[in-house]
Amino acid sequence: MIPARFDYEVAESVEHAIELLDGNDDAKLLAGGHSLLPLMKLRLARPAALVDIGRLSALAGVSNGSGPLLRIGALTRHHELANDPLVQEHCPILAYTAGLVGDRQVRHRGTIGGSLAHGDPAGDLATIALTLDAQIVARGPNGERTIDAAEFFKGFYETALAPNELITEVRIPKTEAAHWSYIKFRRRALDWATVGVAAVVESANGGIEAARIGLTNMGPTPLRATAVEQALAGASTDSVEAAAAKADEGTSPPADSFASADFRRHLSRVLTARAVEEALSR
Amino acid sequence: MSVTERTSKVIGTSQLRKEDAELITGRARFVDNITVPGMLWVGLVRSPFAHARINGIDVAKARELPGVVAVYTGDELEFAAPLFMAWPINDEVKNPPHHPLTKDKARYAGDPVAVVVAESRALAKDAIELVDVDWEQLPAVTDIRAALEPDAPIVHEEFGTNNAGSWILERDSPVPRRGPTAPFFDDPQLVKIKQEYRLARLIPNAIEPRGVVVDVNAPMGEYTVYSATQIPHILRTTLTITCGIPEAKLRVVAPDVGGGFGSKLEIYPEDAICLALARKLGRPVKWIEERSEGYLATLHGREMIQEIELAATRDGVLKAVRVNLTASMGAYLRLVAPGIPMLGAWLYHGCYECDAYDFQYTNVFTNNTFTDAYRGAGRPEATYAIERSMDALARELGMDPVELRRKNFIAKDKFPNYTIASGLTVDSADYHGTLDKCLEVLDYDALRAEQKARRERGDRKLLGVGFSTWNEMCGLAPTRVLAALNYGAGGWDAATIEFMPTGTVRVVTGVSPHGQGSVTVFAQVVADQLGVDYDDVEVLHGDTQVSPLGMDTYGSRGVAVGSVALHRAGEKIIAKARTLAAHELECAEEDLEFEGGNFTVKGTDRSANIKGLAFNSWTAHNLPDGMEPGLGATELYDPPNFSWPNGAHCCVVEVDPDTGSVDTVRYIAVDDCGVQLNPMLVEGQVHGGVAQGIAEALFEEARYDDEGNLVTGTMTTYLVPGPPELPPFEVHDTVTPSPTNAMGVKGIGEAGTIAAPPAVINAIVDALSPLGVKNVERPATPERVWRAIQEARS
Amino acid sequence: MRSIAITVNGVRRELDVEPRQLLVYALREQLGLTGTNVGCDTTTCGACTVHLDGESVKSCTVLAVQADGREVTTIEGLQSNGDLHEMQRAFHENHALQCGYCTPGMIMAATSLLKEHPDPSDEEIRYGLEGNLCRCTGYHNIVKAVQAVAGA
Repeated sequence: MIPARFDYEVAESVEHAIELLDGNDDAKLLAGGHSLLPLMKLRLARPAALVDIGRLSALAGVSNGSGPLLRIGALTRHHELANDPLVQEHCPILAYTAGLVGDRQVRHRGTIGGSLAHGDPAGDLATIALTLDAQIVARGPNGERTIDAAEFFKGFYETALAPNELITEVRIPKTEAAHWSYIKFRRRALDWATVGVAAVVESANGGIEAARIGLTNMGPTPLRATAVEQALAGASTDSVEAAAAKADEGTSPPADSFASADFRRHLSRVLTARAVEEALSR
Repeated sequence: MSVTERTSKVIGTSQLRKEDAELITGRARFVDNITVPGMLWVGLVRSPFAHARINGIDVAKARELPGVVAVYTGDELEFAAPLFMAWPINDEVKNPPHHPLTKDKARYAGDPVAVVVAESRALAKDAIELVDVDWEQLPAVTDIRAALEPDAPIVHEEFGTNNAGSWILERDSPVPRRGPTAPFFDDPQLVKIKQEYRLARLIPNAIEPRGVVVDVNAPMGEYTVYSATQIPHILRTTLTITCGIPEAKLRVVAPDVGGGFGSKLEIYPEDAICLALARKLGRPVKWIEERSEGYLATLHGREMIQEIELAATRDGVLKAVRVNLTASMGAYLRLVAPGIPMLGAWLYHGCYECDAYDFQYTNVFTNNTFTDAYRGAGRPEATYAIERSMDALARELGMDPVELRRKNFIAKDKFPNYTIASGLTVDSADYHGTLDKCLEVLDYDALRAEQKARRERGDRKLLGVGFSTWNEMCGLAPTRVLAALNYGAGGWDAATIEFMPTGTVRVVTGVSPHGQGSVTVFAQVVADQLGVDYDDVEVLHGDTQVSPLGMDTYGSRGVAVGSVALHRAGEKIIAKARTLAAHELECAEEDLEFEGGNFTVKGTDRSANIKGLAFNSWTAHNLPDGMEPGLGATELYDPPNFSWPNGAHCCVVEVDPDTGSVDTVRYIAVDDCGVQLNPMLVEGQVHGGVAQGIAEALFEEARYDDEGNLVTGTMTTYLVPGPPELPPFEVHDTVTPSPTNAMGVKGIGEAGTIAAPPAVINAIVDALSPLGVKNVERPATPERVWRAIQEARS
Repeated sequence: MRSIAITVNGVRRELDVEPRQLLVYALREQLGLTGTNVGCDTTTCGACTVHLDGESVKSCTVLAVQADGREVTTIEGLQSNGDLHEMQRAFHENHALQCGYCTPGMIMAATSLLKEHPDPSDEEIRYGLEGNLCRCTGYHNIVKAVQAVAGA
């Protein structure tokens, strides 16, 4: 219940945070703390120092650039994402999914940057970022770089972020024109996804023009169901079930007390079909 | 002194709770809210392995940590005796010594091996990590059946077996059963079914974790133990035995206790360890369990394998029930664990007539956390087996499960006090009546019609309905029965009622409520009986200095035993007050009527109010010859029989066959707990009980891996359902008073937990029956449901 | 040790904490506000729910240092002028508590929920309280209590 001892620094600016991180390999960033603190309380994580970026208000909030991207500050909390009019209008799948993360109290604290940086394959927002081809803006001692979501998630709790880098912003392509669905299969409302499926579908002439399918908790990282996407591209709406049967191709789902790997594979197929159907009906 | 007549009755009304004020404002006194000057913090070093020999313990680094006051291993902290086990069911029982700190080896993951004492909560936590135990891991056994195999790892070597002893009804029950079952199972004319059910291991999950604070007055050798316990009285007695501190020097307080459900009906290592530490160090100590720690260190419940056989005629008349259980004890025999399956021993033929009955069980040691009483204790297990089996029999016979139940119910006119096939005597019941009411609320025919229509339409979601018609023995318990069952204590309880000089009433009860609302209910009972204001009754409990005698709260006994004791004490007070009133009014006692607090001379307007009599008895200026001053009475009440609540529950589910998800659409409970003292509280008990029962059916399971690690080791993986996971409840009742006590009460604390699991699983199986599914193991997780469908299809 | 100041129930409180001190223990053990309970160690049960700058949070998963300069309301701060908050009264009147251990957190979560969502359906109340576990009531009467306040 009580974390091991650590040093604590409050970052006064992004540069300050980077400076503090840069000097200490065992330091971790603290944003909302809702991924890190639970691990520290069980002493499964024991960083030597925490760099608290929670007061960098410039990193919070959503803005609408003139281009095709919605700019979301890394410290934007799930509750804000879920209720933000810009997000609801331009990227409804993100607003909807943010409202499914954890529970209400968790959503009041947890941040999108923290969620993505945690690299948990059961995290819902990571799947949405991957599905929407989001760009993750990171800053480090050598300046800023933009990482495609497809390049960001490297492994189980592992991302492309260097230890001395922090996420400042997440840029999400606007998807108001697309049909969408996110189905989070979980035992209790407050649980992580046993399996989650995101579907973003563009339709044309009564058929499917293109579909993007993201999977939560079906491997060490969030995944795209590329076989389904290929099968759906240019397909008729009758072919959804057949396409969804390929949902677990290339996945390596975990086995735990919530579900076996086999059952997760099964769920991914069923839920993919449902997500696409639901998207098309929206 | 004002004398007013009280005529309004509060018994039977939904009085709001006296308990609430401090709880809704954050002013309650839970154990973790208690701080004593100079207090030290205790932390337990626990085994990370399910089975491992201790080759050595290096505590040097922990002792060196600044702020650490002491570190002790099992050899360094001495006790007068091992932890007390109170229910050696018969001579066969194998009871290993359970030392508060294990000395030779760890027998379950979480077994405490050393204790640290530090200046703060955080430092105690840090010090635990610095204790270095040289472990030699041993093969572990966590499966009940595997534990009985000849080559199984042995949990207690001195026994050479993991078989902890058996209990056989035919041999060990103090009352004879109706007849042996063998002739019926040999009868080719009868239909026989045999079912096997595996009941998952459960973790009770009172939301308040356990905790102990021990205050010490070293020069006087006096100790006060504040423990989050259901059983301050039993705890005091057993701590005296284990720690060798005389009861006169030991005060045990159960302060506000945040739920129990059996998990705080226990004598835990930590209770004894904290007391021993306070004595050794001469300083107050505190230990507060962390939730994940508690999942290893606090008792588990239920885990057993049930084999049940039914024999019936082709037209559905039940003839014989035969049961064989194998129950997990975990690593040690805790307080009443060996007898838990026995609490269901007479209930496996449920509410039904039959000609023959056999029952036996075997307790088994495994490398798991010890088991003991969890809400319902033995009775939910029995109801589960018979209610699932009745549905299976109905399927076998092609009968409607409701019809089969009706056909076999013990008829209402057999009561009161009907001796059932298992040999016990049931006080009263109207099984047909409760089921009829349930069916009416449900609109059974309409539901079956909808089910048929949906099936014909080929709806994806499958509709199912399941019933559970249940009974139980509660109000634990008649002492003569307990004695015959080798139980280590009596089943009586104590109550004291004392008028204060100004007419308020002080009630001291020997039961120890922790959420039930007994303070409210007992005040209702006393107010009505003595004719005083409900608000003038103060109910005290849970502190052995205030309430020296009692048998505490468990087994739905608060009302069934505690309130009856109170009522009988009230009778004594009225008798004494009557004598005094006759003296003052100069009449014969028989000429007095007592109503609304007033003794009135029949046919006159001359009266004396009990409050005035109380004052006069206190001044004692004018008492009849030989009468002692004061108006108070104590009753130690031993119930002459168990009380037998019963009911009919029904669950309607929708099953998604593609994902295995189960949605509880409706839940109807019709329970009969006899006379209801406070219907609001009765309903609340049913709600909570049903919630735990549904949780048991759909969500909860303590799962271990092959090495004996608890894989559902935190609240994120052991699934206590939240608000979205449970349905609203439709709660109704029937009232069949118990003839056993003057108040007609029975008990309601366990009803929902007993009834709900088979109702839910029967509903799921009913939904899936067109697919050929006959059983889904519990909890019926999406994966289990899905697999059951796959297996039925293949 | 770090010196921090938190406005708790309207009163500025200064205290020295280790960085690892959890907000819930700072409230309970340093400020003596023991109404906020701890029921788990995994941010699950919600017993420790308080309001941080007006929003419900699980105080077991906030470091005290993170609350520096902010406002915290606990169950002890819900009454005004000695009168029960309407949610407290509704819990009492609807028998929405038994052992009472989850109750402070449940009440704090419920008041936060209604602030953000003043007119919820029963289903929305259940999902709105998804982060709070109760073992006694089965939630039936808790939903009723919250609905009683929402409908008032």
